[in-house]
Amino acid sequence: MIQHHQNCKNLRGLIWILPSFLGVLVFYLLPYADVVRRSFTGAVENSFVGLENYRAILGNTAFCLAVKNTFLFTVICIPILIVAALVCAAVLDRSKYGGIVKSAFLMPMALPAVSVALMWRLLFHGQGMVNQCLGNFGIQGCDWMNGKNAFWILVGSYIWKNLGYDIVLWMAGLSGISENIYEAARVDGAGEWQCFLKITLPNLKPSLYTITVLSFLNSFKVFRESYLVAGDYPHESIYMMQHLFNNWFRNFSFDKMAAAAVMESVVMLVFILLLQKVWDRKE
Amino acid sequence: MLSHVMIGESKKHRGIGIKNKENIWHRVWEKLCRMHLVRKLLWGVLAVLAVVVLYPVFFLISGSFMGDDELVRYLGAVITGKEGYVDVPLLPYYPTFSHFVEIFLDSPEFFVMFWNSIKITFGVLAGQLLVGIMAAWGFAKYQFPWKKGFFLIYMILMLLPFQVLMLSDYLVLDQLKLTDSLWGIILPGIFSTFPVFIVYRFFTEIPDSLIESAKLDGAREWQLFWHIALPIGSSGIIASMVLGFLEYWSLIEQPMTFLKDKSLFPLSIFLPDITAVSKSGMAFAASVITFFPAILVFLGGQDYLEQGIMAGAVKE
Repeated sequence: MIQHHQNCKNLRGLIWILPSFLGVLVFYLLPYADVVRRSFTGAVENSFVGLENYRAILGNTAFCLAVKNTFLFTVICIPILIVAALVCAAVLDRSKYGGIVKSAFLMPMALPAVSVALMWRLLFHGQGMVNQCLGNFGIQGCDWMNGKNAFWILVGSYIWKNLGYDIVLWMAGLSGISENIYEAARVDGAGEWQCFLKITLPNLKPSLYTITVLSFLNSFKVFRESYLVAGDYPHESIYMMQHLFNNWFRNFSFDKMAAAAVMESVVMLVFILLLQKVWDRKE
Repeated sequence: MLSHVMIGESKKHRGIGIKNKENIWHRVWEKLCRMHLVRKLLWGVLAVLAVVVLYPVFFLISGSFMGDDELVRYLGAVITGKEGYVDVPLLPYYPTFSHFVEIFLDSPEFFVMFWNSIKITFGVLAGQLLVGIMAAWGFAKYQFPWKKGFFLIYMILMLLPFQVLMLSDYLVLDQLKLTDSLWGIILPGIFSTFPVFIVYRFFTEIPDSLIESAKLDGAREWQLFWHIALPIGSSGIIASMVLGFLEYWSLIEQPMTFLKDKSLFPLSIFLPDITAVSKSGMAFAASVITFFPAILVFLGGQDYLEQGIMAGAVKE
């Protein structure tokens, strides 16, 4: 009787998640399993080809370029964003007008990418506003989106869009640090900078993991602006994984896509798990 | 906390012992900090930065109220390809509603797109309200076999970017004959695991004792959900809706990939041509109409938005 009751109780929880899980199963899990299967089969005839698709994409120049760019982009912009957001959050924390400034930084998050793209085209055009401003200082501008600088525009727009998001995250971490610790330190004669180094930073370490992961995930969304501004084949310095996937999709290169998707998901999982391991050990 | 006090203590003792080793720059910095000069300086930099960050929003709004001739005067270099550079406009000299009127009266296709955006956004949000919240409740307050495994799957799915799932999505939509239909965008959106995760965070904070006592009073399962979970977790639900609205209102990849029929396009992928004088004003106005609902949701729900962002960040 008790056993039976226990079983019923167990199943009740399952019933709550069942509708959601069925959808997840149909729309994500089963098709993903199919993608994994496809990554090991040939494009034309459905025969098993082993790791042939993986070998093919690793030798593909477009794939290598996209991987290189995506990697560079991630490695450059995430540290910049995280540090910049931390500085802003530390300044804004516990100050009177912090809320208003924070709202200003959050605003870009609400702007749809199409509006941003319109703006970017006017700003970074060869005869655009940025060059006009630079011209006032006697600096010769360039066609930003069609040169090497496109990469930095993308880094800039990523930071512009995500700064508020990361500031909110850091401020949440900051507000979790008890005021008492600071007071005790101040009584001991610690200055503001010392407090920051010895109290704030160590206490923010747990937040760093999640902020890194979330910033990493959001880094995939810059593709929206870059795609709207520069189209399918942008300057090669901003040819990202997303462009590659899009182009393969349009050419029906599903075998390559499947292999690349499996590879990317594995890399992402390893990255996230690794990060978690590193942080767990440090704590 | 104790350890930090102790760190401060030992630091002080060390400071007395080897005072000379104290970095001179630190002392200068300390002094500056104490004078609140650096803080003020940083504040100034931040304020300037905030204006820079906001300028695009301001610019788009201001541009949408400018007449054609004014736009050409400022932006002629990009729009018509004439010599010189684009000027940096601030406020329109002769504000006009003509572009908005033009859009509302003369472009039925714009209405269709607006309507498509509404259908996608609210379709997804309504679905998420239904299945997502239920799942979040199940995860937060029930024990069942393989719960950890289920939750791990949900978390991983939340973290994967669209491109990884793009082919999977397409394959299933193709099977279900949903490509080139708004349902092909809405259905996968409904089963996104992100809102489950956010609402789950809020539900776990409901004390178990409350649920237990309600059960003793004879409350049924659905009553617990209706009278405890929904009201107490409401801020979490709103937070996930605000985040969801911003996400689906500016959805790019899915409609771009799965929709071929232009009459199904949402506003979020409508990129008007600005290289014609007659159209540039409309482009501005269209852009303002596109971001207006998002800004409204943002301003109205900023607190929830922040709570939602934070809920996504609490480490599992």
